[in-house]
Amino acid sequence: MLKTFPKGGVHPPENKISAAAGIDVLPLPEQVTIPISQHLGAPAEPAVAKGDTVKAGQIIATSKGFVSANIHSSVSGKVFKVDKAVDASGYKKMSVIIKVEGDEWLDTIDTGNEHKKDITLNSEEIIRKCAENGIVGMGGATFPSHVKLSIPPGKHCDVLIINGVECEPYLTSDHRLMLERTGELVTGISILMKALKVERAMIGIENNKTDAIERLREFTSGIDGISVHALKVKYPQGGEKQLIKALIKREVPSGGLPVDVGTVVHNVGTAYAVYEAVQLNKPLVERVVTVTGKELEKPVNVLARIGTPVSNLIEFAGGLPDNTAKIVNGGPMMGKALANLSVPVTKGTSGLIVFREEEARRKETGPCIRCGKCITACAMGLEPYLLMSLTEKGMHERSEKEKIMDCMECGSCSYICPANRPLLDYIRLGKATVGKMIKERKQK
Amino acid sequence: MNKLLTVSPSPHEYSKESTPKLMYGVVIALAPALLATIWFFGWAALLVTSVSVISCVIFEYLIQKFILKKEPSIKDGSAIVTGLLLAFCLPTNLPLGLVILGSLVAIGVGKMTFGGLGNNPFNPALVGRVFLFLSFPVQMTTWPVPKGFNTSFSDAITGATPLSVLNENYEKMPVDQIMNDPELSMPGYSKLFWGEMGGSLGEIAAFALILGLAYMLIRKIITWHIPVSILLTVAVFTGILWLANPEANADPLYHLMTGGLLLGAIYMATDYVSSPMSKKGMIIYGVGIGIITVLIRRFGAYPEGVQFAILIMNAFTPLINNYIKPSRFGEEVKNG
Amino acid sequence: MSSVVLITIISLSLLGIIAALILYFVAQKFKVYEDPRIDQVEEALPGANCGGCGFAGCRNFAEAIVKSDTFDGLNCPVGGGETMAKIAEILDRKVPEVEPRVAVVRCNGTPEHRKKTSEYNGALNCTIANSLYTGESDCPYGCLGLGECVDACDFNAMYMDSETGLPVIIDDNCVACGACVKACPRNIIELRKKARKDRKIYVSCVNEDKGGPARKACKVACIGCGKCEKVCNYDAITISNNLAFIDSDKCVFCRKCVPVCPTGAILELNFPPRKTAKKEQEEKVKA
Repeated sequence: MLKTFPKGGVHPPENKISAAAGIDVLPLPEQVTIPISQHLGAPAEPAVAKGDTVKAGQIIATSKGFVSANIHSSVSGKVFKVDKAVDASGYKKMSVIIKVEGDEWLDTIDTGNEHKKDITLNSEEIIRKCAENGIVGMGGATFPSHVKLSIPPGKHCDVLIINGVECEPYLTSDHRLMLERTGELVTGISILMKALKVERAMIGIENNKTDAIERLREFTSGIDGISVHALKVKYPQGGEKQLIKALIKREVPSGGLPVDVGTVVHNVGTAYAVYEAVQLNKPLVERVVTVTGKELEKPVNVLARIGTPVSNLIEFAGGLPDNTAKIVNGGPMMGKALANLSVPVTKGTSGLIVFREEEARRKETGPCIRCGKCITACAMGLEPYLLMSLTEKGMHERSEKEKIMDCMECGSCSYICPANRPLLDYIRLGKATVGKMIKERKQK
Repeated sequence: MNKLLTVSPSPHEYSKESTPKLMYGVVIALAPALLATIWFFGWAALLVTSVSVISCVIFEYLIQKFILKKEPSIKDGSAIVTGLLLAFCLPTNLPLGLVILGSLVAIGVGKMTFGGLGNNPFNPALVGRVFLFLSFPVQMTTWPVPKGFNTSFSDAITGATPLSVLNENYEKMPVDQIMNDPELSMPGYSKLFWGEMGGSLGEIAAFALILGLAYMLIRKIITWHIPVSILLTVAVFTGILWLANPEANADPLYHLMTGGLLLGAIYMATDYVSSPMSKKGMIIYGVGIGIITVLIRRFGAYPEGVQFAILIMNAFTPLINNYIKPSRFGEEVKNG
Repeated sequence: MSSVVLITIISLSLLGIIAALILYFVAQKFKVYEDPRIDQVEEALPGANCGGCGFAGCRNFAEAIVKSDTFDGLNCPVGGGETMAKIAEILDRKVPEVEPRVAVVRCNGTPEHRKKTSEYNGALNCTIANSLYTGESDCPYGCLGLGECVDACDFNAMYMDSETGLPVIIDDNCVACGACVKACPRNIIELRKKARKDRKIYVSCVNEDKGGPARKACKVACIGCGKCEKVCNYDAITISNNLAFIDSDKCVFCRKCVPVCPTGAILELNFPPRKTAKKEQEEKVKA
């Protein structure tokens, strides 16, 4: 029996079209737009001005506060302007726009391809390196990694969990990374273990990536403490809490963090970025992005510089097909639809999915028939139908009691609803309102 | 690409499931029982069923169009299911006028007064059936003897479901004597299983109903919780009664296969709208139906109690939904 | 026979008396003193429970106003001056002076002014669309057109114009309860002083972007150029965050700002056709 999480979950069609496409390096764009807020927490503060010359890897915005991250230039060139530009959220955010000239990196960065295995730094130094190099969670939530690695006093962590689940349909960037950068990835995991001072690391991979499981088993066979686990394919297994439950059977308490149950979860992409940051002193300036879609000429996985316009990636994959009706930044379950193709790739961009007309639009909404499928699908044990109607009626106190804040917005309820009700749309609205209420209460 | 991009909140992927698909799934699951009943009762069974289904759909359309003044939604198939289920708990020889009246009550009172699909507290088909049963008890308890396509309604016998025979004779003689009495001609297990007995349209053929259950479970239209908890409760409860006094009680298997219990447990109690939504709630609901069914059957005035039991538990559904919550993730921390 | 009737009458009467006694004592025991004026004030209120006063309902408002010594911050916008006068009479206080107000939608982003750049396909709720992205046009400030304000209106004073995609306010029905102002996630609706013959002059835009992007998103956007501010003799117009605002308490309806606006963002409504400059002067003196 393969391991999985016990409660809820759905199984959307996997559609991993680009699984066999190796990671290609995307040609440099003419201009990059680097938002100063690509992470959860406080936006960074711009450290360059119009006309400055920058090198790849140079800090262009410094983190403000603990929960924040440095932003580095992903290219060399001249700062064209520091101004508001539309990002994936659809709204204009402060960004640094750089005209690309050549490809010159800072001297301190090792740009060679050699795999450096020896870990010389100690825990504090590793965490500092992650902070300096702007490492954030690459799974999509973009939470600054140095914060996650600093175990708060009084808490303890005994096992590191590496998230190679990639439960979102379509996406294959983590899959390819596990196959093509296996050695570096394993070193990255060892670094994370050292930073957290843990003896044990578990890599969870869904069983639709048997090649990645085998390859990682091969690479970790001689290493004490790292184990690879095949998991049953089920969405949302890549959710931290679900993965922890699946692998070590611990349940993160409502409102709590993984560290409350003695573990920390990092994505494989993050582990690789940590390897680069610590061993090569290379900041997070590029990432693997899956560009895929059923009608796309050449679905690819590309290594793109942060700030590259989305249109460049789509062009690289053969351009937009005629019947394109929607483009999603991220996975189909949790990603954001884009209204504009000039938006940049950011640290959290795991994929771009091009949807055809027939897939793009929602079906007509019907009345709730109380089938209870949303309850069955909810991995957090909530009642989505109830949370939606409470939000519609403005009964936010009640929905707080019904644990609306536990919702992780995985979208399983909206996915499964036979009446096509916009459950998650309303739950998100309810969460925002309840969140505001809680904040106000705390201030009082 | 020349059209505007569509923007919507996540998720962007949707399952193939839809309300009509679920409803038509139930219709397909009811097909074997319909075929069985045509086999035993002849074309009249088909006639009653078609009249019921067609009038339910027409009433739904008319009420939505002219009284509620909204877009008719008969395409979702829910009226068809109501019509089928209503027909399935009527005797084959019921005058067609009463079938139409039953449909009107089922759709008009049972469903539309509450706002249509999704809002009705009670199973509409059962509302129609119980209305007919209480208003026209004679017609509703006159069943023809199953003789296939040769069934003639002139030789209809009154109150001849196995359970009503039992109910009338409990006081008079021990159960095994009732079973073997040639005059009462009680059907044996094999007849019950294949459906050769007196009764309402859809309640006779156990095998066909179980076939439908298997289909609905495989298609994931329903979950096992409600039917299994009802059937188990009835089996356990009647089993206790039977073991305590085998002379005065029929055995559990007999109870399971008669009196529309299977029809009720598989198709009526599992009606989405009027049953609880969480798994725990479903089991409580099922156990409640089972207990009330046996209480009515054995100690009440009516020989059959499933329908009343379901309606009573329907009334408890909002309460169950309100108090029985699914176990939340991270609520009780069990670490190890 | 007669004894049966007698016994019935006697037993029922006894039952009635006992029940009455119990009720009386219970009522005495659990009596809560309440200012009788609360009931009177509630009676005088419109009873719409709209929440326009900032309280949950008319009863809560009545309780608050009886408890408070002044009318500070307490006003029933629905009932207006008339109702407040009645309340003042009940409470034996001075009538507060409140000017009637009316809601105004400050966005003129009709399809011809504002290019549609995407198609929204989510729940039909402005707040949800607003938290998702800029909406179907490129203007991140303008009306999303999903009608949450209309749903919030309890007085049948709003409807969505299907041609412009914008909400329209029926001045005669609007009681300035402010429900739509609260409902709008983009803060587009404003309560302005009600003028004679429902005349209005206001900046029909809330875009705080710089001129270039604002203009690109919508032809009738306010670009914050300041021309209207300069031409206004009454200090009624202020510019902040690239956006002009006309204070309805200071505006005298001279209409000078309207023609100078390069984008046509300032709207004048319910005015007679423009007269010659001289007559306009006279009008101003009168006003």
